[in-house]
Amino acid sequence: MIDVSIEDRIEMAKKFFAILPHAQALGMEMINMGGGKAEMAINYDDRFIGDPATGVIHGGVISALLDTCCGGAVTSHPSIMGPTATIDLRIDYMRSATPGQRITARAECYRVTKSVAFVRAEAFDEDTDVPVATAAGAFTVGAAKKAGA
Amino acid sequence: MPQKKTQALQAAKERRDAALQQMASSVPYINFLGVEFERRGDELTTTLPFTEMLIGNPFLPALHGGTTAAFLEITAVMELMCAIIWPQMEKGGPVADAIARDEFPSMPKTIDFTVDYLRTGLPRDAYARARVNRSGRRYASVHVEAWQDDKNQIFAQATGHFLMPELIT
Repeated sequence: MIDVSIEDRIEMAKKFFAILPHAQALGMEMINMGGGKAEMAINYDDRFIGDPATGVIHGGVISALLDTCCGGAVTSHPSIMGPTATIDLRIDYMRSATPGQRITARAECYRVTKSVAFVRAEAFDEDTDVPVATAAGAFTVGAAKKAGA
Repeated sequence: MPQKKTQALQAAKERRDAALQQMASSVPYINFLGVEFERRGDELTTTLPFTEMLIGNPFLPALHGGTTAAFLEITAVMELMCAIIWPQMEKGGPVADAIARDEFPSMPKTIDFTVDYLRTGLPRDAYARARVNRSGRRYASVHVEAWQDDKNQIFAQATGHFLMPELIT
């Protein structure tokens, strides 16, 4: 097996995130990633409005940001090699995001077992006192072995 | 069936379809993802037509978990919205009058939403249907399932809780 340093793996993961088509479509920005933590953000965009009466962004956009950020936290964890996939993700919405404001998510992979990584995350708009949403998820660790392999 | 009753049913169908299309087209994010709606009786099916922009992992390739979550949430909210407004439209009254003027009740607000990813979302069209398991005056619980080629092979499911909109009386 080729020995790749953790720094190289994080660089590779950052490059990988930069080419995800849906992350690009949402204009997702990677702010930081490493040591089982990740920080990403999305700028407000009229195309993402979920409630036309108020201009509040759709929950689906926040889901996409939190899911990607949690995946980033898992990928950057020092004890994890290779890709990951979401097993489940629960999102709690504390309040509506203020229209016009940028949304920033921070995720932390706080526990890794042989097959599962546990992650929690928070999303804020420009008011950093109360989160807009929090997330808790489980992600896969390691590729599935083929039957008989 | 008497002709009068047939005409009344036809009118009710047209009102429902018009209301559904009006609600869907007014939400920018639904248009951004390209989600489509189809109604048969009181059964609502949504379609997420495949586009490159929905891809998460370009090497597999697979749908982004976030697009799947958003698609499920849109389906759950729209199912709940229909469950709220259709009886009001049939009953008549202030809510029905407002809807006739394209003034819809505000959207239910998501309290929490939990998605189970059961299989990889493949780079092709996806479909979803939701079921309102409980809908009270203040809260509702909605379950939603999504599939692609095979209705029996669900690739994602979710349960969400929602805050009901206040209706004008």
